[in-house]
Amino acid sequence: MDREETSARIAALIEPFNKKDVAITDQTRFTDDLEFDSLTVMDFVAAIEDEFDIIISMNQQAEIETYGQLVDAVVKLQG
Amino acid sequence: MTDMLSENETAAHVDLFSKFDPLIEMRRNLLSTGQEDPFGLVMERVISPTVAVCNGRETILLGTYNYMGMTFDPDVIAAGKQALDDFGSGTTGSRVLNGTYAGHKAVEQALCDFYGMDHAMVFSTGYQANLGIISTIAGKGDYIVLDIDSHASIWDGCKMGDAEVVPFKHNDIEAMEKRLRRIPAEAGKLVILEGVYSMLGDIAPLKEMIAVAKKYGAMVLVDEAHSMGFIGPKGRGVAEDQDCLDEVDFVIGTFSKSVGTVGGFCVSNHPKFEIMRLVCRPYVFTASLPPSVVATATTSIRKLMHAGDKRAHLWENSKTLHKGLKDAGFQIGTDEPQSAIIAVIMPDLEKGAAMWEALLHEGLYVNLARPPATPANMTLLRCSLCAEHSAEQVQQIIGMFTRAGKATGILGA
Ligand SMILES: Cc1ncc(COP(=O)(O)O)c(C=O)c1O
Repeated sequence: MDREETSARIAALIEPFNKKDVAITDQTRFTDDLEFDSLTVMDFVAAIEDEFDIIISMNQQAEIETYGQLVDAVVKLQG
Repeated sequence: MTDMLSENETAAHVDLFSKFDPLIEMRRNLLSTGQEDPFGLVMERVISPTVAVCNGRETILLGTYNYMGMTFDPDVIAAGKQALDDFGSGTTGSRVLNGTYAGHKAVEQALCDFYGMDHAMVFSTGYQANLGIISTIAGKGDYIVLDIDSHASIWDGCKMGDAEVVPFKHNDIEAMEKRLRRIPAEAGKLVILEGVYSMLGDIAPLKEMIAVAKKYGAMVLVDEAHSMGFIGPKGRGVAEDQDCLDEVDFVIGTFSKSVGTVGGFCVSNHPKFEIMRLVCRPYVFTASLPPSVVATATTSIRKLMHAGDKRAHLWENSKTLHKGLKDAGFQIGTDEPQSAIIAVIMPDLEKGAAMWEALLHEGLYVNLARPPATPANMTLLRCSLCAEHSAEQVQQIIGMFTRAGKATGILGA
Protein backbone atom coordinates (compact mmCIF):
# COMPACT_ATOMS: atom_id res chain seq x y z
CA MET A 1 0.00 0.00 0.00
CA ASP A 2 1.48 3.40 -0.91
CA ARG A 3 1.73 6.36 1.44
CA GLU A 4 -1.29 8.14 0.02
CA GLU A 5 -3.65 5.21 0.45
CA THR A 6 -2.28 4.45 3.92
CA SER A 7 -2.79 8.08 4.89
CA ALA A 8 -6.37 8.06 3.61
CA ARG A 9 -7.22 4.98 5.66
CA ILE A 10 -5.62 6.38 8.81
CA ALA A 11 -7.47 9.67 8.29
CA ALA A 12 -10.74 7.76 8.29
CA LEU A 13 -9.75 5.95 11.49
CA ILE A 14 -8.85 9.19 13.26
CA GLU A 15 -12.26 10.76 12.74
CA PRO A 16 -14.10 9.30 15.75
CA PHE A 17 -11.15 10.31 17.99
CA ASN A 18 -10.89 13.82 16.56
CA LYS A 19 -13.49 15.32 18.88
CA LYS A 20 -12.68 18.94 18.04
CA ASP A 21 -12.53 18.44 14.28
CA VAL A 22 -8.91 19.58 14.09
CA ALA A 23 -7.73 19.82 10.47
CA ILE A 24 -5.23 16.99 9.99
CA THR A 25 -1.89 17.57 8.30
CA ASP A 26 1.38 15.66 8.46
CA GLN A 27 2.45 18.12 11.19
CA THR A 28 -0.58 17.56 13.48
CA ARG A 29 0.62 16.41 16.90
CA PHE A 30 -1.39 13.76 18.77
CA THR A 31 -0.95 15.07 22.32
CA ASP A 32 -0.65 18.81 21.73
CA ASP A 33 -3.08 19.35 18.84
CA LEU A 34 -5.52 16.44 19.09
CA GLU A 35 -5.24 16.28 22.90
CA PHE A 36 -5.11 12.48 22.98
CA ASP A 37 -4.78 11.07 26.48
CA SER A 38 -3.32 7.63 27.20
CA LEU A 39 -6.69 5.87 26.92
CA THR A 40 -7.44 7.45 23.57
CA VAL A 41 -3.98 6.51 22.36
CA MET A 42 -4.60 2.88 23.30
CA ASP A 43 -7.94 2.72 21.45
CA PHE A 44 -6.61 4.59 18.44
CA VAL A 45 -3.49 2.43 18.18
CA ALA A 46 -5.64 -0.71 18.47
CA ALA A 47 -7.85 0.54 15.61
CA ILE A 48 -4.82 1.09 13.39
CA GLU A 49 -3.26 -2.22 14.33
CA ASP A 50 -6.48 -4.04 13.43
CA GLU A 51 -6.94 -2.14 10.17
CA PHE A 52 -3.43 -2.91 8.89
CA ASP A 53 -2.83 -6.16 10.82
CA ILE A 54 0.37 -4.83 12.36
CA ILE A 55 1.82 -4.21 15.82
CA ILE A 56 2.95 -0.75 16.90
CA SER A 57 4.82 -1.45 20.14
CA MET A 58 5.03 1.20 22.85
CA ASN A 59 8.71 1.54 22.00
CA GLN A 60 7.71 2.52 18.45
CA GLN A 61 4.86 4.73 19.67
CA ALA A 62 7.34 6.74 21.71
CA GLU A 63 9.00 7.84 18.45
CA ILE A 64 5.72 8.96 16.88
CA GLU A 65 4.54 12.47 17.71
CA THR A 66 2.86 13.66 14.54
CA TYR A 67 0.37 12.33 12.04
CA GLY A 68 3.03 12.28 9.31
CA GLN A 69 5.36 10.18 11.46
CA LEU A 70 2.52 7.74 12.11
CA VAL A 71 1.76 7.33 8.40
CA ASP A 72 5.46 6.74 7.69
CA ALA A 73 5.67 4.17 10.48
CA VAL A 74 2.59 2.30 9.25
CA VAL A 75 3.90 2.27 5.67
CA LYS A 76 7.17 0.81 6.95
CA LEU A 77 5.51 -1.74 9.24
CA GLN A 78 3.47 -3.11 6.36
CA GLY A 79 6.81 -3.99 4.73
CA MET B 1 35.00 21.75 22.77
CA THR B 2 34.47 25.18 21.21
CA ASP B 3 30.98 25.49 22.70
CA MET B 4 32.18 25.45 26.30
CA LEU B 5 31.25 28.53 28.26
CA SER B 6 34.03 30.84 29.29
CA GLU B 7 34.60 31.50 32.96
CA ASN B 8 32.43 34.60 33.27
CA GLU B 9 29.44 33.30 31.26
CA THR B 10 26.51 31.38 32.74
CA ALA B 11 23.67 29.61 30.94
CA ALA B 12 20.03 30.19 31.88
CA HIS B 13 18.97 28.20 34.93
CA VAL B 14 16.30 25.60 34.13
CA ASP B 15 14.40 24.38 37.15
CA LEU B 16 14.01 20.64 36.74
CA PHE B 17 10.99 20.80 39.02
CA SER B 18 8.90 22.91 36.60
CA LYS B 19 7.42 19.74 35.15
CA PHE B 20 5.64 19.14 38.47
CA ASP B 21 3.90 22.51 38.48
CA PRO B 22 0.49 21.23 37.28
CA LEU B 23 0.44 18.63 40.08
CA ILE B 24 1.58 21.18 42.68
CA GLU B 25 -1.20 23.49 41.52
CA MET B 26 -3.81 20.73 41.65
CA ARG B 27 -2.81 19.84 45.22
CA ARG B 28 -2.86 23.49 46.24
CA ASN B 29 -6.40 23.86 44.90
CA LEU B 30 -7.59 20.73 46.63
CA LEU B 31 -6.05 21.56 50.01
CA SER B 32 -6.92 25.28 49.92
CA THR B 33 -10.54 24.39 50.69
CA GLY B 34 -9.45 23.11 54.08
CA GLN B 35 -9.57 19.53 52.82
CA GLU B 36 -7.35 17.18 54.82
CA ASP B 37 -4.51 15.74 52.71
CA PRO B 38 -5.59 12.23 51.66
CA PHE B 39 -1.96 11.36 50.92
CA GLY B 40 -0.48 12.57 54.19
CA LEU B 41 -2.28 10.61 56.89
CA VAL B 42 -0.24 9.52 59.90
CA MET B 43 -1.16 6.52 62.03
CA GLU B 44 -0.10 7.51 65.51
CA ARG B 45 -0.71 4.12 67.07
CA VAL B 46 -1.69 0.78 65.59
CA ILE B 47 -3.90 -1.24 67.88
CA SER B 48 -4.63 -4.29 65.75
CA PRO B 49 -4.74 -5.29 62.05
CA THR B 50 -8.09 -3.47 61.82
CA VAL B 51 -7.82 -0.49 64.21
CA ALA B 52 -5.37 2.42 64.52
CA VAL B 53 -5.32 5.89 66.05
CA CYS B 54 -5.23 8.68 63.44
CA ASN B 55 -5.42 12.38 64.47
CA GLY B 56 -6.10 11.19 68.01
CA ARG B 57 -9.18 9.30 66.83
CA GLU B 58 -9.66 5.54 66.92
CA THR B 59 -10.13 4.52 63.30
CA ILE B 60 -11.23 1.31 61.59
CA LEU B 61 -8.71 0.40 58.93
CA LEU B 62 -10.31 -0.46 55.60
CA GLY B 63 -7.48 0.66 53.36
CA THR B 64 -4.57 -1.61 54.17
CA TYR B 65 -3.41 -4.73 52.36
CA ASN B 66 -3.42 -6.67 55.59
CA TYR B 67 -5.92 -9.12 54.07
CA MET B 68 -5.20 -12.02 56.39
CA GLY B 69 -4.50 -9.94 59.50
CA MET B 70 -1.08 -11.51 60.09
CA THR B 71 0.70 -8.37 61.34
CA PHE B 72 -0.09 -9.02 65.01
CA ASP B 73 -0.14 -12.81 64.90
CA PRO B 74 1.65 -13.91 68.10
CA ASP B 75 3.69 -16.62 66.35
CA VAL B 76 4.76 -14.18 63.64
CA ILE B 77 5.84 -11.57 66.19
CA ALA B 78 7.71 -14.15 68.28
CA ALA B 79 9.62 -15.38 65.22
CA GLY B 80 10.67 -11.83 64.39
CA LYS B 81 11.86 -11.09 67.92
CA GLN B 82 13.82 -14.34 68.06
CA ALA B 83 15.53 -13.56 64.75
CA LEU B 84 16.44 -10.06 65.95
CA ASP B 85 18.11 -11.60 68.99
CA ASP B 86 19.84 -14.39 67.08
CA PHE B 87 20.85 -12.70 63.83
CA GLY B 88 20.83 -8.95 64.51
CA SER B 89 18.98 -6.07 62.92
CA GLY B 90 20.20 -6.32 59.33
CA THR B 91 22.41 -8.16 56.86
CA THR B 92 24.26 -5.14 55.41
CA GLY B 93 24.73 -6.90 52.11
CA SER B 94 23.51 -8.36 48.85
CA ARG B 95 21.97 -11.80 48.62
CA VAL B 96 24.90 -12.92 46.44
CA LEU B 97 27.58 -11.73 48.86
CA ASN B 98 27.13 -11.59 52.64
CA GLY B 99 23.33 -11.14 52.66
CA THR B 100 22.04 -14.72 52.57
CA TYR B 101 21.35 -16.06 56.07
CA ALA B 102 19.65 -19.30 57.06
CA GLY B 103 16.41 -17.29 57.31
CA HIS B 104 16.52 -16.29 53.63
CA LYS B 105 16.85 -19.92 52.58
CA ALA B 106 14.05 -20.85 55.00
CA VAL B 107 11.62 -18.32 53.58
CA GLU B 108 12.40 -19.48 50.03
CA GLN B 109 11.69 -23.04 51.11
CA ALA B 110 8.42 -21.90 52.70
CA LEU B 111 7.44 -20.33 49.37
CA CYS B 112 8.31 -23.51 47.43
CA ASP B 113 6.12 -25.46 49.85
CA PHE B 114 3.31 -22.90 49.77
CA TYR B 115 3.08 -22.89 45.96
CA GLY B 116 4.26 -26.46 45.34
CA MET B 117 6.97 -25.15 43.03
CA ASP B 118 10.66 -26.00 42.58
CA HIS B 119 12.28 -22.57 42.87
CA ALA B 120 11.73 -19.40 44.85
CA MET B 121 13.74 -16.22 44.82
CA VAL B 122 13.16 -13.51 47.43
CA PHE B 123 13.64 -9.82 46.65
CA SER B 124 13.61 -6.84 48.99
CA THR B 125 10.16 -5.74 47.71
CA GLY B 126 7.49 -6.92 45.28
CA TYR B 127 8.23 -3.85 43.21
CA GLN B 128 11.79 -5.06 42.77
CA ALA B 129 10.64 -8.61 42.00
CA ASN B 130 8.63 -7.36 39.01
CA LEU B 131 11.32 -4.90 38.01
CA GLY B 132 14.03 -7.55 38.17
CA ILE B 133 12.35 -10.60 36.66
CA ILE B 134 10.64 -8.77 33.79
CA SER B 135 13.60 -6.64 32.74
CA THR B 136 15.96 -9.61 32.94
CA ILE B 137 14.02 -12.33 31.11
CA ALA B 138 12.55 -10.20 28.30
CA GLY B 139 15.45 -8.72 26.35
CA LYS B 140 16.22 -7.16 22.99
CA GLY B 141 14.08 -8.66 20.21
CA ASP B 142 11.65 -10.28 22.66
CA TYR B 143 8.04 -9.14 23.03
CA ILE B 144 6.10 -8.41 26.22
CA VAL B 145 2.32 -8.56 25.85
CA LEU B 146 0.59 -7.12 28.91
CA ASP B 147 -2.72 -5.86 30.25
CA ILE B 148 -3.03 -2.06 30.02
CA ASP B 149 -4.10 -1.89 33.70
CA SER B 150 -0.89 -3.52 34.96
CA HIS B 151 0.74 -2.31 38.18
CA ALA B 152 3.42 0.40 38.02
CA SER B 153 6.14 -2.10 38.96
CA ILE B 154 5.29 -4.18 35.86
CA TRP B 155 5.43 -1.13 33.60
CA ASP B 156 8.71 -0.07 35.14
CA GLY B 157 10.11 -3.57 34.59
CA CYS B 158 9.13 -3.29 30.93
CA LYS B 159 10.74 0.13 30.67
CA MET B 160 13.96 -1.03 32.25
CA GLY B 161 14.39 -3.91 29.79
CA ASP B 162 14.92 -3.82 26.04
CA ALA B 163 11.92 -5.85 24.87
CA GLU B 164 9.17 -4.56 22.59
CA VAL B 165 6.20 -3.69 24.81
CA VAL B 166 2.69 -4.38 23.50
CA PRO B 167 -0.28 -3.61 25.77
CA PHE B 168 -3.83 -4.80 25.26
CA LYS B 169 -7.22 -3.68 26.62
CA HIS B 170 -7.93 -4.79 30.18
CA ASN B 171 -8.94 -8.48 30.46
CA ASP B 172 -9.72 -8.57 26.70
CA ILE B 173 -8.83 -12.06 25.51
CA GLU B 174 -9.43 -11.29 21.85
CA ALA B 175 -7.29 -8.14 21.94
CA MET B 176 -4.50 -10.16 23.56
CA GLU B 177 -4.75 -12.93 20.95
CA LYS B 178 -4.66 -10.48 18.04
CA ARG B 179 -1.40 -9.05 19.32
CA LEU B 180 0.17 -12.44 19.96
CA ARG B 181 -0.80 -13.55 16.46
CA ARG B 182 0.99 -10.58 14.87
CA ILE B 183 4.28 -11.08 16.69
CA PRO B 184 6.95 -12.84 14.57
CA ALA B 185 6.68 -16.57 15.34
CA GLU B 186 10.39 -16.89 16.09
CA ALA B 187 10.48 -14.04 18.65
CA GLY B 188 10.53 -14.72 22.42
CA LYS B 189 7.23 -13.78 24.04
CA LEU B 190 6.23 -13.01 27.62
CA VAL B 191 2.59 -12.49 28.57
CA ILE B 192 2.10 -10.58 31.85
CA LEU B 193 -1.18 -10.78 33.76
CA GLU B 194 -2.38 -10.13 37.29
CA GLY B 195 -4.66 -12.40 39.32
CA VAL B 196 -6.50 -9.53 41.03
CA TYR B 197 -6.32 -6.01 39.61
CA SER B 198 -5.99 -3.87 42.67
CA MET B 199 -7.79 -0.73 41.56
CA LEU B 200 -11.25 -2.20 40.88
CA GLY B 201 -10.69 -5.50 42.68
CA ASP B 202 -11.64 -7.51 39.61
CA ILE B 203 -9.96 -10.77 38.65
CA ALA B 204 -8.57 -11.95 35.30
CA PRO B 205 -9.93 -14.88 33.29
CA LEU B 206 -6.52 -16.48 33.70
CA LYS B 207 -7.46 -19.93 32.48
CA GLU B 208 -8.61 -18.74 29.05
CA MET B 209 -5.90 -16.12 28.73
CA ILE B 210 -3.09 -18.50 29.63
CA ALA B 211 -4.42 -21.11 27.17
CA VAL B 212 -4.24 -18.50 24.40
CA ALA B 213 -0.76 -17.39 25.47
CA LYS B 214 0.48 -20.99 25.37
CA LYS B 215 -1.07 -21.54 21.94
CA TYR B 216 1.24 -18.81 20.63
CA GLY B 217 4.26 -20.21 22.44
CA ALA B 218 4.49 -17.43 25.03
CA MET B 219 5.80 -17.76 28.56
CA VAL B 220 3.42 -16.46 31.23
CA LEU B 221 4.09 -14.35 34.31
CA VAL B 222 1.23 -13.74 36.76
CA ASP B 223 1.40 -11.18 39.55
CA GLU B 224 -0.65 -12.60 42.43
CA ALA B 225 0.13 -9.78 44.89
CA HIS B 226 -3.51 -9.27 45.94
CA SER B 227 -4.68 -12.87 45.95
CA MET B 228 -1.98 -14.68 47.89
CA GLY B 229 -3.23 -16.22 51.11
CA PHE B 230 -6.87 -15.54 50.31
CA ILE B 231 -7.98 -16.72 46.85
CA GLY B 232 -7.77 -20.39 45.89
CA PRO B 233 -8.36 -23.47 48.07
CA LYS B 234 -4.81 -23.28 49.45
CA GLY B 235 -4.49 -19.51 49.11
CA ARG B 236 -2.12 -19.79 46.16
CA GLY B 237 -4.06 -17.25 44.15
CA VAL B 238 -6.38 -16.82 41.19
CA ALA B 239 -4.43 -19.26 39.00
CA GLU B 240 -4.91 -21.98 41.61
CA ASP B 241 -8.58 -21.08 41.91
CA GLN B 242 -9.03 -21.43 38.13
CA ASP B 243 -7.00 -24.62 38.08
CA CYS B 244 -4.22 -23.34 35.83
CA LEU B 245 -1.30 -22.72 38.19
CA ASP B 246 0.69 -25.48 36.44
CA GLU B 247 0.59 -23.43 33.24
CA VAL B 248 2.07 -20.32 34.87
CA ASP B 249 5.82 -20.02 34.28
CA PHE B 250 6.47 -17.31 36.87
CA VAL B 251 4.36 -16.21 39.83
CA ILE B 252 5.28 -12.83 41.32
CA GLY B 253 4.18 -12.01 44.83
CA THR B 254 4.82 -9.81 47.81
CA PHE B 255 5.16 -10.09 51.58
CA SER B 256 3.65 -6.62 51.99
CA LYS B 257 0.03 -7.71 51.76
CA SER B 258 -1.37 -10.99 53.16
CA VAL B 259 2.01 -12.06 54.55
CA GLY B 260 2.05 -8.90 56.64
CA THR B 261 5.64 -7.70 56.41
CA VAL B 262 7.79 -6.49 53.49
CA GLY B 263 9.55 -8.27 50.63
CA GLY B 264 8.83 -9.72 47.20
CA PHE B 265 9.35 -12.97 45.38
CA CYS B 266 9.17 -14.99 42.21
CA VAL B 267 8.37 -18.74 42.24
CA SER B 268 8.84 -20.94 39.19
CA ASN B 269 9.33 -24.47 37.93
CA HIS B 270 11.68 -23.37 35.16
CA PRO B 271 14.66 -25.77 35.25
CA LYS B 272 17.18 -22.94 34.72
CA PHE B 273 15.55 -20.54 37.19
CA GLU B 274 18.47 -20.38 39.63
CA ILE B 275 20.64 -18.47 37.11
CA MET B 276 18.40 -15.45 37.85
CA ARG B 277 20.32 -14.97 41.09
CA LEU B 278 23.40 -13.96 39.11
CA VAL B 279 21.89 -11.96 36.26
CA CYS B 280 18.99 -10.10 37.85
CA ARG B 281 20.28 -6.68 38.84
CA PRO B 282 17.51 -5.63 41.29
CA TYR B 283 18.33 -8.85 43.16
CA VAL B 284 22.10 -8.48 43.10
CA PHE B 285 22.66 -4.76 43.60
CA THR B 286 20.66 -4.14 46.75
CA ALA B 287 20.81 -5.32 50.36
CA SER B 288 18.82 -8.36 51.40
CA LEU B 289 15.88 -8.26 53.81
CA PRO B 290 16.63 -8.09 57.56
CA PRO B 291 16.60 -11.44 59.42
CA SER B 292 13.53 -10.45 61.47
CA VAL B 293 11.57 -9.73 58.28
CA VAL B 294 12.32 -13.08 56.64
CA ALA B 295 11.58 -14.87 59.92
CA THR B 296 8.16 -13.21 60.25
CA ALA B 297 7.48 -13.96 56.56
CA THR B 298 8.36 -17.65 56.94
CA THR B 299 6.08 -18.07 59.93
CA SER B 300 3.26 -16.16 58.28
CA ILE B 301 3.50 -18.07 54.97
CA ARG B 302 3.45 -21.42 56.76
CA LYS B 303 0.40 -20.38 58.78
CA LEU B 304 -1.37 -19.14 55.64
CA MET B 305 -1.22 -22.66 54.21
CA HIS B 306 -3.74 -23.73 56.85
CA ALA B 307 -5.90 -20.61 57.01
CA GLY B 308 -9.05 -22.02 55.40
CA ASP B 309 -11.32 -20.61 58.12
CA LYS B 310 -9.88 -17.14 57.77
CA ARG B 311 -10.31 -17.31 54.00
CA ALA B 312 -13.97 -18.23 54.45
CA HIS B 313 -14.56 -15.35 56.89
CA LEU B 314 -12.84 -12.86 54.57
CA TRP B 315 -15.12 -13.96 51.72
CA GLU B 316 -18.10 -13.38 53.99
CA ASN B 317 -16.83 -9.88 54.80
CA SER B 318 -16.27 -9.08 51.15
CA LYS B 319 -19.75 -10.24 50.14
CA THR B 320 -21.45 -8.40 53.02
CA LEU B 321 -19.67 -5.12 52.35
CA HIS B 322 -20.24 -5.32 48.59
CA LYS B 323 -23.95 -5.91 49.02
CA GLY B 324 -24.29 -3.33 51.82
CA LEU B 325 -22.66 -0.55 49.83
CA LYS B 326 -24.50 -1.45 46.65
CA ASP B 327 -27.84 -1.50 48.46
CA ALA B 328 -27.01 1.87 50.02
CA GLY B 329 -26.78 3.27 46.50
CA PHE B 330 -23.04 3.42 45.86
CA GLN B 331 -21.55 2.55 42.49
CA ILE B 332 -19.09 -0.35 42.90
CA GLY B 333 -16.21 -1.31 40.59
CA THR B 334 -17.48 -4.87 40.08
CA ASP B 335 -21.03 -6.24 39.87
CA GLU B 336 -20.11 -9.09 42.18
CA PRO B 337 -17.40 -9.22 44.83
CA GLN B 338 -14.37 -10.91 43.22
CA SER B 339 -11.64 -10.30 45.80
CA ALA B 340 -11.04 -8.60 49.14
CA ILE B 341 -11.04 -5.21 47.40
CA ILE B 342 -14.31 -3.31 47.02
CA ALA B 343 -13.82 -0.15 44.95
CA VAL B 344 -16.43 2.57 45.37
CA ILE B 345 -16.54 4.83 42.33
CA MET B 346 -16.62 8.57 43.08
CA PRO B 347 -18.02 11.19 40.68
CA ASP B 348 -14.76 13.22 40.69
CA LEU B 349 -11.63 13.96 42.71
CA GLU B 350 -13.18 16.79 44.78
CA LYS B 351 -16.19 14.70 45.80
CA GLY B 352 -13.93 11.70 46.38
CA ALA B 353 -11.62 13.70 48.64
CA ALA B 354 -14.59 15.15 50.55
CA MET B 355 -16.04 11.68 51.03
CA TRP B 356 -12.63 10.38 52.13
CA GLU B 357 -12.45 13.10 54.77
CA ALA B 358 -16.04 12.55 55.91
CA LEU B 359 -15.27 8.86 56.39
CA LEU B 360 -12.14 9.70 58.35
CA HIS B 361 -14.23 11.88 60.66
CA GLU B 362 -16.61 8.95 61.05
CA GLY B 363 -13.61 6.91 62.14
CA LEU B 364 -12.93 4.95 58.95
CA TYR B 365 -9.81 4.88 56.82
CA VAL B 366 -10.06 3.89 53.14
CA ASN B 367 -7.68 4.49 50.20
CA LEU B 368 -8.35 7.39 47.88
CA ALA B 369 -7.12 6.41 44.42
CA ARG B 370 -6.95 8.82 41.52
CA PRO B 371 -5.51 8.98 38.01
CA PRO B 372 -2.98 8.01 36.77
CA ALA B 373 -3.04 5.04 39.16
CA THR B 374 -6.67 4.27 38.30
CA PRO B 375 -8.16 2.94 35.05
CA ALA B 376 -10.34 5.18 32.85
CA ASN B 377 -9.43 8.31 34.87
CA MET B 378 -11.68 7.23 37.74
CA THR B 379 -11.52 8.47 41.31
CA LEU B 380 -12.02 5.56 43.68
CA LEU B 381 -12.45 4.94 47.37
CA ARG B 382 -10.83 1.57 47.69
CA CYS B 383 -11.88 -0.61 50.56
CA SER B 384 -9.74 -3.62 51.31
CA LEU B 385 -11.10 -6.02 53.84
CA CYS B 386 -9.26 -8.04 56.42
CA ALA B 387 -10.01 -11.53 57.74
CA GLU B 388 -9.84 -9.94 61.20
CA HIS B 389 -12.69 -7.49 60.53
CA SER B 390 -15.58 -8.74 62.63
CA ALA B 391 -19.08 -9.03 61.17
CA GLU B 392 -20.07 -6.11 63.48
CA GLN B 393 -17.26 -3.94 62.13
CA VAL B 394 -18.48 -4.57 58.59
CA GLN B 395 -21.98 -3.42 59.57
CA GLN B 396 -20.46 -0.37 61.28
CA ILE B 397 -18.53 0.39 58.07
CA ILE B 398 -21.70 0.26 55.96
CA GLY B 399 -23.35 2.71 58.37
CA MET B 400 -20.38 5.09 58.19
CA PHE B 401 -20.41 5.02 54.39
CA THR B 402 -24.12 5.71 54.28
CA ARG B 403 -23.88 8.70 56.65
CA ALA B 404 -20.82 10.14 54.88
CA GLY B 405 -22.42 9.57 51.47
CA LYS B 406 -25.47 11.58 52.49
CA ALA B 407 -23.41 14.33 54.18
CA THR B 408 -21.33 14.85 51.04
CA GLY B 409 -24.31 14.60 48.69
CA ILE B 410 -22.93 11.56 46.88
CA LEU B 411 -25.98 9.59 47.96
CA GLY B 412 -29.41 11.10 47.48
CA ALA B 413 -30.97 12.20 50.80
C1 LIG C 1 -0.03 -5.87 41.62
C2 LIG C 1 1.11 -5.46 42.48
N1 LIG C 1 2.34 -5.91 42.20
C3 LIG C 1 3.41 -5.55 42.96
C4 LIG C 1 3.29 -4.71 44.03
C5 LIG C 1 4.52 -4.28 44.79
O1 LIG C 1 4.60 -4.87 46.01
P1 LIG C 1 5.56 -4.31 47.16
O2 LIG C 1 4.71 -3.50 48.07
O3 LIG C 1 6.09 -5.54 47.82
O4 LIG C 1 6.65 -3.53 46.51
C6 LIG C 1 2.03 -4.24 44.37
C7 LIG C 1 1.82 -3.39 45.57
O5 LIG C 1 1.92 -2.23 45.58
C8 LIG C 1 0.92 -4.59 43.57
O6 LIG C 1 -0.30 -4.09 43.82
